[in-house]
Amino acid sequence: MGAPLLSVNNLSTEFRTERGIVKAVDDVSFDLAAGETLAIVGESGSGKSVTAMSILRLIPDPPGKISTGEVVFDGQNLLTLSDEQIRAIRGNRIAMIFQEPMSSLNPSLTVGLQIAEPINLHRKTPWAAAMDMAVELLGRVRMSDAKSRIKAYPHQFSGGMRQRAMIAMALACQPQLIIADEPTTALDVTVQAQILALLKEVTRAANSALILITHDLGVVARYADRVCVMYGGRIVEAGPAREIYARPRHPYTIGLMASVPRLDQEAGSRLVPIEGSPPNLANLPPGCAFAPRCRRAADLCRNHRPLLVQSAPDHLSACHFHAQLST
Amino acid sequence: MPSSAPDIVLEVKDLKVHFPVMAGAVVRRQIGSVKAVDGVSFDVRRGETLGLVGESGCGKSTTGLAILKMIDITSGEVKFEGEDISAYDRSRMRPIRRRMQMVYQDPFGSLNPRMKVSEIVGEPLEVHGLAGDRATYDTRVASLLDMVGLLPDMADRYPHEFSGGQRQRIGIARALALDPALIICDEPVSALDVSIQAQVVNLFQELQERLGLTYIFIAHDLAVVRHISHRIAVMYLGRIVEIAPRGELYAKPLHPYTQALLAAIPIPDPEVEASRPQQIITGEVPSAMRPPPGCRFHTRCPQVMDVCKSADPPMRDMGGGRAVACHLYEP
Repeated sequence: MGAPLLSVNNLSTEFRTERGIVKAVDDVSFDLAAGETLAIVGESGSGKSVTAMSILRLIPDPPGKISTGEVVFDGQNLLTLSDEQIRAIRGNRIAMIFQEPMSSLNPSLTVGLQIAEPINLHRKTPWAAAMDMAVELLGRVRMSDAKSRIKAYPHQFSGGMRQRAMIAMALACQPQLIIADEPTTALDVTVQAQILALLKEVTRAANSALILITHDLGVVARYADRVCVMYGGRIVEAGPAREIYARPRHPYTIGLMASVPRLDQEAGSRLVPIEGSPPNLANLPPGCAFAPRCRRAADLCRNHRPLLVQSAPDHLSACHFHAQLST
Repeated sequence: MPSSAPDIVLEVKDLKVHFPVMAGAVVRRQIGSVKAVDGVSFDVRRGETLGLVGESGCGKSTTGLAILKMIDITSGEVKFEGEDISAYDRSRMRPIRRRMQMVYQDPFGSLNPRMKVSEIVGEPLEVHGLAGDRATYDTRVASLLDMVGLLPDMADRYPHEFSGGQRQRIGIARALALDPALIICDEPVSALDVSIQAQVVNLFQELQERLGLTYIFIAHDLAVVRHISHRIAVMYLGRIVEIAPRGELYAKPLHPYTQALLAAIPIPDPEVEASRPQQIITGEVPSAMRPPPGCRFHTRCPQVMDVCKSADPPMRDMGGGRAVACHLYEP
């Protein structure tokens, strides 16, 4: 294997708040190969979205600040680039898709213009040719009647169509990496499945890498090659999806899997919830962030923060007792 | 069971809720109507949970609100504990509301931020004149908090001091205050974090066992609905397209829409997903103002036939507590 397409090393992002400095992302590291789909899973406040935003340096400063680490993309540390250099990468070599397509599309410009804009901007393609490409891109995301749709405004589209337009826009400059932050959470169940299948298909066709930020363990199981599970701003477990689901080695991951109902399981049995609530990032315990909710927590866990270590081949876990968790 | 007839708590027959669509700034006139609920019938037995599932615009929440008479019914019949309440006005609904309660989706928006937990939970007692003296009231509030797994000293705090899961518990305690027979739960866990959802789902199940409650559980997440419900009604554009006991619904879904809905939900296991046929239907839910003629699902149905485009399929009893509205099952 050659050098990874993206290598995030010891990334930390902080926010200044009334209650002091909050470390939303704390010492996060992972690699991503070309063409690979990585899911970052976590609940609210786990740091999954801030990680994604930090990669593209979209953290509002102030109050936010990337305090340490590097984000090496195709051999270049994105965190040391000038504003102009990073703008040449955003929407060009790395594209982002957000949860709310309505708030990331400009309501006063036609959809076609918004898809053509990055092509004109980054590739210096003349507007007429860029608009032709926009029609072609809308066809690729299976928008029926693409030729007339490029003249429509975002409000004339349904939620699913807007997300298709967002994907078309993301694909415009043939990015090597697409970051999708909860891209289907706002959509209906059947449309969710359509959009995710489309996203997977177009990234595979273009051999683009995909980072999928989600809270949905089902979505991860269906679409991801690799998984990072985040909790309290840190990665607590990482590895290939099949390995993580078959042999989870962190009590949080194990707990999450026991707490979601599955369609293929006997209905009526009791779920096994994780007690307590997700942690308050402004007031994290000194030891493991999950210790207050963990059934196995010992004094060691409450006082010493576990490091993310290799627990099995190609399988990382940040639990003092990872070796005892394998079943 | 002394009697062989099931004890029916709620009977809904051919319920319709149409909202007028108006146009014109000076002269207002009706240009159409949104048929949010358009001929829905079902029964709910005592002690059971009926799940109502479907995508946005299917009418599941409107059905819930119409049963509680929080919105006007256009036509049809709602019988609660044998009493036809369809034509009841506010004052006649008052005693009925004691027996029928609602738990809402948004635990942040549905609690008054200026009221203490004890006031929120005890307010229904005050409204219905059941508060009694201070000591009785406090004891009742404390026992309600205990029932939902909150501590007695939380009574003097305000909603903002609680997490989403705890707020939903407060909402449930409030719904329990008047000893209802039926609780309509409208997306009660969808705003919560994954690890918290299971806590609240378990609480609903424990309370049902302890208090003999009957639930209508409305949600878009079929995995959660199937987990908590005994029977499930699948809705599409204002209609029930299939109703079945939970086991059968997953093992052998009859309606093509139910099949599509099940196929769309990924199972959290990569091994299972890899071997699962991926049948994803195309298109989106059409507008409820202009539902398609014939079967409302025909525009997206992978098994559409000519008859589906013109004839509206009636609900057909398939035996074993199952019914389906689809031309594929006509004899």
